[in-house]
Amino acid sequence: MKFTLSWLKDHIDTDAPVEKIADTLTHIGLEVESVHDKAKDLSAFTVAYVVSAEKHPNADKLRVCIVDTGKEKLQVVCGAPNARAGMKGVFAHAGVTVPGTGLELKKSSIRGVESNGMLCSEREMGLSQEHDGIIELPEDAPVGKPFAEIMGLTDPVMEIKLTPNRPDCTGVRGVARDLAAAGIGHLKAEQTVKINPRFKNSVAIGLHFDDKAKSACPLFAGRMVKGVKNGPSPAWLQQRLKAVGLRPISALVDITNLISLDRARPLHVYDADKLKGEIHARLAKKGESVLALDGKTYELDAEMCVIADDNGVLGLGGVMGGESTGVTEATTNVFIESAYFDPVRTARTGRELGINSDARYRFERGVDPEYVTPGLDLATKLVLDLCGGEASDVTVAGRAPDTKRDITFDPALIEKLCGMKIHAGEAMTILDRLGFRAVVGTRVAVPPWRPDINGPADLVEEVVRIAGFDKIPSTPLPRPASVPLPVLTPMQKRVRAAKRTLAARGLTEAMTWSFVSKAQAALFGGVPDALLVANPISADLDAMRPSVLPGLLAAAQRNAARGAKDLALFEVGPQFTGPDPGEQLTAASAIRVGAGPRNWGKQTWNADVFQAKADVMAILEACGFAADTAQVSADAPAWFHPGRSGALRLGPKNVLAYFGELHPRILAAFDLTGPVAAFEVMLETLPTQKAKPTKTKPKLDLPEYQAVERDFAFLVDAKVPAADIVKAAVTADRALIESVNVFDVYEGQGIDPGMKSLAISVRLQPKDRTLTESEIETVSSKIIGGVAKATGATLRG
Amino acid sequence: MSDLESLEREALDRIAQASDEAALEAARVDLLGKKGSISEALKTLGSMSPDERKAKGPIINGMRDRVTAALGARKSALGDVALEAKLGAERIDVTLPMRPEMTGRIHPVSQILDEATAIFADMGFAIAEGPDIETDDYNFTKLNIPPEHPARQMHDTFYLKPKADGTRHLLRTHTSPVQVRTMLTQKPPIRIIVPGRVYRMDSDQTHTPMFHQIEGLVIDESSHMGHLKWILEEFCRALFEVPKVEMRFRPSHFPFTEPSAEVDIRCDRSGGEVKLGQGNDWLEILGCGMVHPKVIEMCGHDPAKYQGFAWGMGLDRLAMLKYGAPDLRAFFDSDARWLKHYGFAALDVPSLAGGLSR
Repeated sequence: MKFTLSWLKDHIDTDAPVEKIADTLTHIGLEVESVHDKAKDLSAFTVAYVVSAEKHPNADKLRVCIVDTGKEKLQVVCGAPNARAGMKGVFAHAGVTVPGTGLELKKSSIRGVESNGMLCSEREMGLSQEHDGIIELPEDAPVGKPFAEIMGLTDPVMEIKLTPNRPDCTGVRGVARDLAAAGIGHLKAEQTVKINPRFKNSVAIGLHFDDKAKSACPLFAGRMVKGVKNGPSPAWLQQRLKAVGLRPISALVDITNLISLDRARPLHVYDADKLKGEIHARLAKKGESVLALDGKTYELDAEMCVIADDNGVLGLGGVMGGESTGVTEATTNVFIESAYFDPVRTARTGRELGINSDARYRFERGVDPEYVTPGLDLATKLVLDLCGGEASDVTVAGRAPDTKRDITFDPALIEKLCGMKIHAGEAMTILDRLGFRAVVGTRVAVPPWRPDINGPADLVEEVVRIAGFDKIPSTPLPRPASVPLPVLTPMQKRVRAAKRTLAARGLTEAMTWSFVSKAQAALFGGVPDALLVANPISADLDAMRPSVLPGLLAAAQRNAARGAKDLALFEVGPQFTGPDPGEQLTAASAIRVGAGPRNWGKQTWNADVFQAKADVMAILEACGFAADTAQVSADAPAWFHPGRSGALRLGPKNVLAYFGELHPRILAAFDLTGPVAAFEVMLETLPTQKAKPTKTKPKLDLPEYQAVERDFAFLVDAKVPAADIVKAAVTADRALIESVNVFDVYEGQGIDPGMKSLAISVRLQPKDRTLTESEIETVSSKIIGGVAKATGATLRG
Repeated sequence: MSDLESLEREALDRIAQASDEAALEAARVDLLGKKGSISEALKTLGSMSPDERKAKGPIINGMRDRVTAALGARKSALGDVALEAKLGAERIDVTLPMRPEMTGRIHPVSQILDEATAIFADMGFAIAEGPDIETDDYNFTKLNIPPEHPARQMHDTFYLKPKADGTRHLLRTHTSPVQVRTMLTQKPPIRIIVPGRVYRMDSDQTHTPMFHQIEGLVIDESSHMGHLKWILEEFCRALFEVPKVEMRFRPSHFPFTEPSAEVDIRCDRSGGEVKLGQGNDWLEILGCGMVHPKVIEMCGHDPAKYQGFAWGMGLDRLAMLKYGAPDLRAFFDSDARWLKHYGFAALDVPSLAGGLSR
């Protein structure tokens, strides 16, 4: 919403400087986005008289002018075709920055002739795109005076960012009312306009809606003005519209625009001679279309409110008028429409058709339903004043929606909600200035231009925003009188532990989109249609991710394109298992690509299954879970390398993690050369630790007797998992065997094809005696026997 | 010179001349071995008369001791020389770089979340979370945003494709549905902060289709805007680790709060970077207000009894402000160079005791 300072002063008496007004507006909730003061920007540009203009000796199209600036006579080289002796123009000295180009003028020599400044065009002044010649000022323009003053550009333009709840401030008078309430001058009294009808309106008005759609346009008022003369509007009106960025069209159109901006009351003027039969509001019929004033044809649907006559649709109610009945220079008889259009329907129509008009901006916020006929009268008066003619009486169809309501005002609520004391009298004065009226007892009536005020809390906001939010005293929130207790949930702790553990292990945390492409999702198990985004921001972000991995792989691809081929990236974030709220898991997932930075020594790490497995185990341990109690199986999902990946689970259903090398097909899809190690830990699936009454650790029992280590090398079928051998060894004597460790695996020369040699080291820890050689022999036999029975392995000779 | 004296002199000379361990060992055998010259001399003691033995004994034993000592000294000297030579041969180029270690990083959004958590936990706030996919009801309706409210367009919502039963869920446009979920399941007093991913159809230098919000909610019987102001002032001061921040509360409008305010923070924007706590510019950092009585009512509590406030701000935006990252899009691009530069070490865990950042 844009307006000028002088426009504002049409409605309030104030001498407050523009800075103070802008500051106040921001403080009462009408946030000022910009204050543009052309007088300041253009202060260096002055009126100059062109004493002479001779052809440039070395260039046909240039002229050498002698310019009288009022202080001195200067030589200026000018390329404009209209530069001539005896004219007055706009002059800028060397050293001045030209607003239209942003360049600083320099004293220069143009084709060998000295030039000490410039005569400016409108484009160079940043006023318009006009650049066919230099600005020509009136003959009586005083030489040496600032150009902005002569042109009436001394009026600062303000732009405010309106919140959608303030339709009243889409008109300058509404802004002025708020300012006056905040103590910036006084709101001038509303001038009452009385139109003496000279004849009866002959244009019939109808509202053709069924009950369901009646709210679309509950009120339609109109009148004729005969014998008008349309043409350019007077300079003051053009100036006002131009200042806020509107193009003057003709007096009739400019009047409606003025009232829309000034009073938040959009109107429409029809050429009455182009109307046929009754003018009426109705819903559009499917298949209808209209050529609107913006020159575009719009296809309508049956939910849109239109204005029509016997010839069909004339315009879009509350959004935009139509071309067919628009006024022209030739128009002599007009019909002025002032109606109330439903905010919701107007917004929908505008949205569906992609029209952002000044009318829609106001109607969709909710115009003052009681200003329909006063607005019509004000428009009529201006038409009579500027275009002549005589007015008919007013025809009104329907009635304004009844928005009258009153609300209990409780001054104590101000302190209760805002912690700020405001005297009841002062509060009432603020409300009164804003247009609220005291009714019976503690109740106040809401002005019709404030559809946003519906409850006592709204009144508190009105009072406090005008009194000033900065006056609310900052009040310490009562705190618990004890040391604060921890607040993180077990899940939140896991997320933190996973992130910091992975970062400590050399992985870098990434955050990638929660959506991936449907094709990428398909590589990771796919998603049902209900997990596709109906209106994605781009076609490659149209599916809620079933896994965090595709996002990380895409990131690796981007990094590889930048030359960073070795990296370890992780992300802890949501992946989606179903379309309903809550059907998501928090995955701690990562990829390791390459082997770390190239160097003269050993590689930093391997992008292999055991690196991934180690990362997974580290997360589980960091989350307080004894990782060795989980079962490892070789059945990771299809996006992993089928032979080099595994799953970690607790029981058959509960998968804690997948890990391994990624499938070459996946790598190909992301243009990566492998191997790439990856894992996904589903943090929610980890068992919750039981709360313990104390933090005491279990007693540490250090055995007094010597532990014994014995190594065993087995020959076994290559397909037998090492875990089976370890398990068989451990269970051979649970009391004595403390740990079993695989220290060598070998296949190849010296071993039969299809077989492998697997060596374990078993640590025996007696609790109450030193083991004798024969006891050790006994355990060894049990181990060899147990492993043989479980796996068919034989002791390697 | 007696025989014994010349024997000793020869022995000591031989030891001194032994140039390596082998020569020294050969000398030892020749001198002190079974048939060694000194061993032979010692053997003569057995056939001597007691008087003779008394006189010669100390001389021969003394000789043996001195030769033994000389052998030991020479052995240790030769050992030193050998070790010196070995170490000399083991010399390597210490100017070679150390073995590279992969240094992990924590994303700045995780870091700033941990920082905010440290501050709010100290003020007695719990952390609540909610799903990314939400119902229309929780994201809008229960927050006093009715179906045709312009705010629904304001948010530019991502919708999922309708399910078989016709229901259509959305990606939450703010973390506020978690307010609804919390109020529906908990009795006041409530003090929570809600971090999380949110989604809006927006994309430019300062907008991304996904970003992070953190919002707060306090519901009890007496908390008011003065408290809200204090919390936000304290939070910003603590988070930005500056002695004082100047904030400006501007009236604004949100359907779910009444009164509503936007909060600006004083900063200096000259020179292309934002410096907090100085200058003459204002930067909007958050929206807030007293929870609308209708929201409290729709979430199952009596608005005549309970009141409170809520605020919401961009977590990424706080990180941008505090750590000076200019482009929001870079937060989600995973450029290894960016993450290394703006990321944090694993052990940089923010705490109020140790400071939020290094």
